[in-house]
Amino acid sequence: MAPQQRKPHVCRNPDLIRGVGKYSRSKMYHKRGLWAIKAKNGGAFPKHEKQAVAAAPSEKPPKFYPADDVKKPLVNKRKARPTKLRASITPGTVLIILAGRFKGKRVVFLKQLTSGLLLVTGPFKINGVPLRRVNQSYVIATSTKVDISGVNVEKFDDKYFGKKVEKKKKKGEGEFFEAEKEEKNTLPQDKKDDQKSVDAALIQSIEAVPDLKSYLGARFSLKAGMKPHELVF
Amino acid sequence: MPFKRYVEIGRIALVNYGKDYGKLVVIVDVIDQNRALVDAPDMVRGQMNFKRLTLTDIKIDIKRVPNKKTLVAALEAADVKNKWESSSWGRKLIVQKKRASLNDFDRFKIMLAKIKKAGVVRQELAKLKKETTG
Repeated sequence: MAPQQRKPHVCRNPDLIRGVGKYSRSKMYHKRGLWAIKAKNGGAFPKHEKQAVAAAPSEKPPKFYPADDVKKPLVNKRKARPTKLRASITPGTVLIILAGRFKGKRVVFLKQLTSGLLLVTGPFKINGVPLRRVNQSYVIATSTKVDISGVNVEKFDDKYFGKKVEKKKKKGEGEFFEAEKEEKNTLPQDKKDDQKSVDAALIQSIEAVPDLKSYLGARFSLKAGMKPHELVF
Repeated sequence: MPFKRYVEIGRIALVNYGKDYGKLVVIVDVIDQNRALVDAPDMVRGQMNFKRLTLTDIKIDIKRVPNKKTLVAALEAADVKNKWESSSWGRKLIVQKKRASLNDFDRFKIMLAKIKKAGVVRQELAKLKKETTG
């Protein structure tokens, strides 16, 4: 048997206008059947015994009263969330970077990190943009999408891109310092391998589309006659 | 110098201002010196100032204020859509619309195609120049 579907109950006392019901107090008394409840209970409303409240443990007066009234900070229940991603940006979208070292470069969007920044890659072989974080505000989303299904971006998060914490060295002499700096400027090999593995699958799906590779290799710029507010990206 | 396109019942006009911008409409009646009653298959029949209309060369055969069915039939019979889209004015509008809707990737592809075409033309020109001078 199908479960019994009850019609949603219309309210007993509809509003004539906001704040004024259709029926008076006495009419509502009758409608709600309070007379019947009284009759059932022998002329008075049924009363319940008050539940015994457990005696609260006696509080001792505090030993110390602060001299000045200290204001309590207001309660803040806001939770930190990553920036809302624009609807036009989905994994595989080609983005145009607008500022920084790679301005004008067309780049493939991989995923949004928990900090709200977008994880993006050139791919490196095509236009020299490595795996990088980019702010959503400095990006134009085009409507061109690349197939990103073969790419695994699970392991990348904000910590991967954070600055490496250096162990504090004691103050050395001048020669000491220069030697240290030279070593640290190269990229570690595992980051290079990550770049290669992400780009391998991407480049295959890019080469499947004609002209897409040269498109990603070219920079975007405004030419004469282009009106940004009229352009469809 | 004399006028060639007249306001008459059955004249097809292009709306050049307002909510129905870019639509082709049929003048179905003339209300007064400034306004016409105008109708199209996808709009409710209504009045429009002549200033909002640009007359075209196309005219269809209808009686004053036909009902929608008759109007649509008359438009089909006169093949207005194809006549418009094959006219140079109609083709220009179609190209304008296409250009406005181009994607960034499409614009890139067009740039490549233009360069290629220019390359081919230049080669032919160079060949012809060689023939005439050589």
